[in-house]
Amino acid sequence: MSTLHYLVLAPFIMAIFVPFFYKWFRNIHTGWFVLILPTVLFVYLLQYLPVGGPMEPLQLTVPWVPSLGINFTVYLDGLSLLFALLITGIGALVVLYSIYYIANKKDEPLNNFYVYLLMFMGAMLGVVLSDNLIVIYVFWELTSLASSLLIAYWFHKEKSRYGAQKSMFITVTGGFSMLAGFSLLYVMTNTFSIQEIIAQAGTIINDPLFIPAMLLILLGAFTKSAQFPFHIWLPDAMEAPTPVSAYLHSATMVKAGIYLVARLTPVFGGTAQWFWLLTIFGLVTLVWGSVSAIRQKDLKAILAFSTISQLGLIMSLLGLGSAAVHYDVAEVDMLYATAVMAAVFHLVNHATFKGSLFMVVGIVDHETGTRDIRNLGGLMTIMPITFTISLIGLASMAGLPPFNGFLSKEMFFTGTLNATTLDIFNVSTWGFLFPVLAWVASVFTFAYCMIMFFRTFTGKYQPEKLKKEAHEAPVGMLISPIVLASLVVIFGLFPNLLGYTIIEPAMQSILPNLLGEGDRFYVNIYHWHGLNPELFMTIGVVLFGMLVVLNLKRWQETTFFLKERDPLNRVYDSGLDGLITGSQRVTNFQMTGLLRDYFAFMMVFMIFLVGWTFIQFDALSFESLAMFDAGEVTPFLWIITLVLIAATVTMPFIQQRITGIIVVGVIGFLIALLFVVFRAPDLALTQLLVETVMVVLLLLAFYHLPELRKEKFTPRFRFTNLVISVGMGLMVTIIAFSVHALRQTSGFDPISDFFVEASVPLAGGYNMVNVILVDFRGLDTLLEVLVLAIAALGVVTLIKHKFKGGEDV
Amino acid sequence: MKTNFLMLHTITRIVAFIILSFSVFLFFAGHNNPGGGFIGGLMTASALLLLYVSFDLKTIKRVIPFNYSTMIAVGLLIAIATGLNSFLFGDPFLTQYFEYYDLPVLGETELTTALPFDLGIYLVVVGVALLTILTIAEDDA
Amino acid sequence: MEILMIITVGVLVSVATYMILTKSLLRVVLGIMLLSHGAHLLLLTLSGLGEGAPPLLGEQAEAYSDPLPQALILTAIVISFGVTAFLLVLAYRTYKEHKTDDLDELRGSADE
Repeated sequence: MSTLHYLVLAPFIMAIFVPFFYKWFRNIHTGWFVLILPTVLFVYLLQYLPVGGPMEPLQLTVPWVPSLGINFTVYLDGLSLLFALLITGIGALVVLYSIYYIANKKDEPLNNFYVYLLMFMGAMLGVVLSDNLIVIYVFWELTSLASSLLIAYWFHKEKSRYGAQKSMFITVTGGFSMLAGFSLLYVMTNTFSIQEIIAQAGTIINDPLFIPAMLLILLGAFTKSAQFPFHIWLPDAMEAPTPVSAYLHSATMVKAGIYLVARLTPVFGGTAQWFWLLTIFGLVTLVWGSVSAIRQKDLKAILAFSTISQLGLIMSLLGLGSAAVHYDVAEVDMLYATAVMAAVFHLVNHATFKGSLFMVVGIVDHETGTRDIRNLGGLMTIMPITFTISLIGLASMAGLPPFNGFLSKEMFFTGTLNATTLDIFNVSTWGFLFPVLAWVASVFTFAYCMIMFFRTFTGKYQPEKLKKEAHEAPVGMLISPIVLASLVVIFGLFPNLLGYTIIEPAMQSILPNLLGEGDRFYVNIYHWHGLNPELFMTIGVVLFGMLVVLNLKRWQETTFFLKERDPLNRVYDSGLDGLITGSQRVTNFQMTGLLRDYFAFMMVFMIFLVGWTFIQFDALSFESLAMFDAGEVTPFLWIITLVLIAATVTMPFIQQRITGIIVVGVIGFLIALLFVVFRAPDLALTQLLVETVMVVLLLLAFYHLPELRKEKFTPRFRFTNLVISVGMGLMVTIIAFSVHALRQTSGFDPISDFFVEASVPLAGGYNMVNVILVDFRGLDTLLEVLVLAIAALGVVTLIKHKFKGGEDV
Repeated sequence: MKTNFLMLHTITRIVAFIILSFSVFLFFAGHNNPGGGFIGGLMTASALLLLYVSFDLKTIKRVIPFNYSTMIAVGLLIAIATGLNSFLFGDPFLTQYFEYYDLPVLGETELTTALPFDLGIYLVVVGVALLTILTIAEDDA
Repeated sequence: MEILMIITVGVLVSVATYMILTKSLLRVVLGIMLLSHGAHLLLLTLSGLGEGAPPLLGEQAEAYSDPLPQALILTAIVISFGVTAFLLVLAYRTYKEHKTDDLDELRGSADE
């Protein structure tokens, strides 16, 4: 275990102590204790930033399930470092913000909140820092779980529960398909380690499983990163407390899909399917998200759709950039690698401006009591600091200079324009759409930024519509958004601060094979590129965006604007309803409440399953019947067997309790005799004694129970019973015949020879059965007596505690 | 009319004693001959059951003041403890050891850790069988 | 010899299944007892019958019958003893509470 391993585990360990902090230091907000952790982790991670040299990937392994090739390997390279810094950095700011956002009231379950938050932080660090796909999957699902728990933090609200359930269903479905994809990768490469898979990337590309694996993994990434049409969970996730939305649902968790795509680009990149899937889904999400955001009335909903659209943007950039893997010529590569550079840069920018915007919206909500833009307005003078922060954030999101959003948007345009010149994957036919779609989406992005700005801060102040009297937020609440907003400005003015510390190392991990040994990508970001197409596109965005905003009043009454909910929600809702009613129908059909039906289902299924397996593998054999030699059966054995069969057959016809007990006893003693004949003295003794004790038990129990009645069955009931029971008997008989024949012919050596040889030297015992019980298979025996003890406990509980029929037990 | 069970009681006493001693023999014989914890335990249980059946519950409870649920717990603990014992020697759980010793009176005798393990089983089996049956028998509801 | 035993096992399983499928709780318990008898006998039969001495090394025999299935069956006998005891008590308690041992009458209400 290295420090980096503990770094992943630290949040989980911290989470154990949170309830104690909450309980013992009730007067201090629990958040202050939690804040220490992400801050320390962030500072610790900063030392890994490469300064003045290339980033050396770090790989440390701790075996977990070595027999399956599952190791907890920490892999730290540019991409992981970027994400780890985002998780801990934004995490620290969000925790600080949450201290003021969620007041330390008497019945506020702060312990739950911070336990979930730490669980998320650890899981997310696990996702981005591990090299093993299975470990990634486990942490991936943990993030889904933590996200769902956090969305449902105010679980008394029905919408919170709905949102939590929805996000859980969608992301876990995706995660499951991703696991299938990982398994296919394992089938192809025989390893779960991403770095080893990347090393084999060239050889698996022609494997028939390559495309299915890609599709399954992409499904996981798309659901997590809220790509169209799986984005519908994200707007409903906004029911979570705002710090959570800022942290999970904009800055970190939803970027896990982006991370996975970037991480696996060396494996799948360079293929037409990867390129088209990412680009198309990314662009559609981009446009859909930005257009949907226009018509939202809730500030957080606008931000949610905006997040969806920005995630689409990053996804499409990764798609466009993956074309670079296809070429081997370095100059051409650089043309497309720009898209990857833009993706990484925008990832950072989005985290900064969207984080600050979410926090600002949280402040507005906190101080005015509403997030509905129809009730807000004129807050500019009342909340000047909040106003300034959101001005910076919104301008950056709209893509205005000199903020960082402008830079990455320009690079996005460059990337799409470069892509039109691609001469692979049939891009020449449809490639012109890339810049067009990008431009349209940017127009709408600009428009919703303006709407947020004008409707919240300018216009008429409407105090009568607000639940509280609006005033500026407390200083503590403003610190985090101020930090993020200043980062927006700093990264906007000095983008090259990030150049070789963050962006270039991350590009190295996304496109590892592009450069020769020791080469580095050329990263130099600046504002003025001259009068190029990108600049004109930006000017067009501003002009048309203004037009959209100015004409908004005219469109406001159209149905498009009045319906806020995404139409795709209907698919989800009806699908879920159908699933529930469907499963209820299936359940009602099979769960009849009759024990007999359950037994019948099980037995019929067993007959068919076992029978089918035997026929499938051609294992049925009746040869052993021919080996039957009546001569070797002694008269003694004949008598025992025939009496046994006769006694057995009479069992169903017995009407008296005492007769039943006697016949069952007879059968048991006959079995014991058979054990004697077949040279199993221990078994014979045990069976005899068990039978003795059992008779006493039966007598006692039957004393309390009613007489066995003659049962009235319908002929059909009797017939099905007969068929099933004869079927079971035949199945067992035929299989036993086949096994017996196989045993004669196959020539397998029974493992019992081992016991014959080893009993005395290894265990010092001459009774092999007993030696097996207490020595070789001692654990089985231990668990067996445990079962016995549990059964006895059950008996005592049943009788001494006397549960009534109506009680829910 | 008071029924006289004198014959029954006298014979039961003798027989139960014989069965009990035989069950102890079976328990110790277990490692090398038919017998062992299960069989010894069941036989002890049946001897005690015989006593319970021929006398009545109250009398026997006075004579044999065992708490059978404690017996089960003790048995399980003994079995687990012998398993844990192997950790002391750095071996996996439930590794058993044996050695031949020259004991006074008994001569050369084999001592195994399997014996206390078997004792645990023995106690659990006796406890379970009797606890179950006595619980039903005592239930007068 | 094995063939005869296999047929016996078949009969035991058939009758046990038939009893498990009836409506009386007691017959179900008896059926389960028969089923475990059948299973024990089947295990023993399939390991081969009458081949060698009892699995006691003190016998100094040429060949021994297979000890492993015997150990397994011994475990199974004791477990089925525990399970049967539990089932009996369950049946007894059910009868005490519901005054019936008919499984049709014991089914839960439809809206559960």
